[in-house]
Amino acid sequence: MKRLTKLLSKTLIIAAGFSALSASADVLQDIKDRNLIRIAVPQDFPPFGSVGTDLKPQGIDVDMANYIAKEMGVKIEIVPVTSANRIPYLQTKKVDLVISSLGKNPEREKAIDFSTPYAPFFLGVFGSKEVAVTQISQLADKTVGVTRGSVEDLELEKNAPKSVNVRRFEDNNTTLTAYLSGQVNLIATGNLVAAEIAKRQPQRAPESKFMLKDSPCYIGMAKGETALQSKVNDLIKGALASGELNDISMKWLKAPLPKGFGA
Amino acid sequence: MLYFSDLLQYSDVFLSGLKTTVELTVLTTILGVVLGTVCATVRQYGNRASQRVVSVYVELIRNTPFIVQLFFIFFGLPAIGMMLSPWEASMIALTINLGAYSTEIIRAGLASISKGQIEAAKVLGLNFRQTLTRVIFVPAFEKIYPALTSQCIIVMLGSAVISQISVQDLTYAANLVQSRNFRAFESYFVTALLYLGLSILLRFAFNALGKRLFAYRASN
Repeated sequence: MKRLTKLLSKTLIIAAGFSALSASADVLQDIKDRNLIRIAVPQDFPPFGSVGTDLKPQGIDVDMANYIAKEMGVKIEIVPVTSANRIPYLQTKKVDLVISSLGKNPEREKAIDFSTPYAPFFLGVFGSKEVAVTQISQLADKTVGVTRGSVEDLELEKNAPKSVNVRRFEDNNTTLTAYLSGQVNLIATGNLVAAEIAKRQPQRAPESKFMLKDSPCYIGMAKGETALQSKVNDLIKGALASGELNDISMKWLKAPLPKGFGA
Repeated sequence: MLYFSDLLQYSDVFLSGLKTTVELTVLTTILGVVLGTVCATVRQYGNRASQRVVSVYVELIRNTPFIVQLFFIFFGLPAIGMMLSPWEASMIALTINLGAYSTEIIRAGLASISKGQIEAAKVLGLNFRQTLTRVIFVPAFEKIYPALTSQCIIVMLGSAVISQISVQDLTYAANLVQSRNFRAFESYFVTALLYLGLSILLRFAFNALGKRLFAYRASN
């Protein structure tokens, strides 16, 4: 019993020591000291992160990670993660940053801190160039294809004018086929799906008309790392101003950043 | 617990779906049977080349899935410049489908008319068209009438598939309501009842029509 108590108290002391250490740690300084930044990227979520034919990770998040490392002037260690373990990796300090198509929500904000957005991720209405619509009220009397029961379907029903002709299809692929075959010239879907169409059928690449629901991606970092947070935010701001972010979007999403992105 | 009252606010959706299904059924039944009659006549009495053409059509349709035919017309044909609305595409797909099946059914009826009857008409001085309309068609249709009725009902029920190309029929209504309130049991139960009602109505209509068409039976 005595031994157990001793062991427990020792463990507690060590644990307390660690937490005191981490509380006072400055991750930005650590990165500079070891001349290495460890960044978590997805490996199974194209176009954000996937394994290329050369077996190297590639995608928006990988480009972003490399950009951050280059601007900080340190070496980079890419750590592939899944969407389930990306936040635990950060919390257990196995990585310094998570660039893994991370969206913001109140639960996550309690656990980690976020940068400003670096990549667009939204549901919107997309369509061929000939169709001139820039806002939802202009959908009156127009035909829009959508996958039944999806979030974008519900958003359309809630916000679009009553006279819109919504053609609902069974699944995403049928909705895409309806657009590609010309049966509909407008579709409501996610920007990733639109990017996929643009990749497969460049001559019918859908252009983004307006957003239905915006949930861009942010870079995640441990809580309270204000120095790191402001550094990352500065780098994103710089990338936005220099057009680097737009280049990444053009490269992987085949579309420019939406108007007012990051504002 | 079941909540059928949750469907009440969607009664308009169900009603307009029902209307679409009824409209399409009436139209395709008429067109399909006419098409089937023409094709069966050609297949039974036409020359070799036209028989061949009809055979190819009938076998092509009867040996491919309806949904593939529908998708081909709706998603495939635009590639060669034939853009059809969901409603038009369904109408055409259902008609050619019923046309092919009813060709075979009606041809069986035509084949059942004995040669002697046709020769008798010839002896009496009726030309081919008169023989067809006055001697062959009525007893031929009478023989295959139950089978034809069933086939029309099968096509009506099979029309549920057209909801896949966003035609707002009864099944589309059920799917839409189900995707909004997640009351799957209630939505599909009500829809099944509506289809059942439609089938019974269609059978009644066919029976009533049959009584008139084959009235000569009652008189002798």
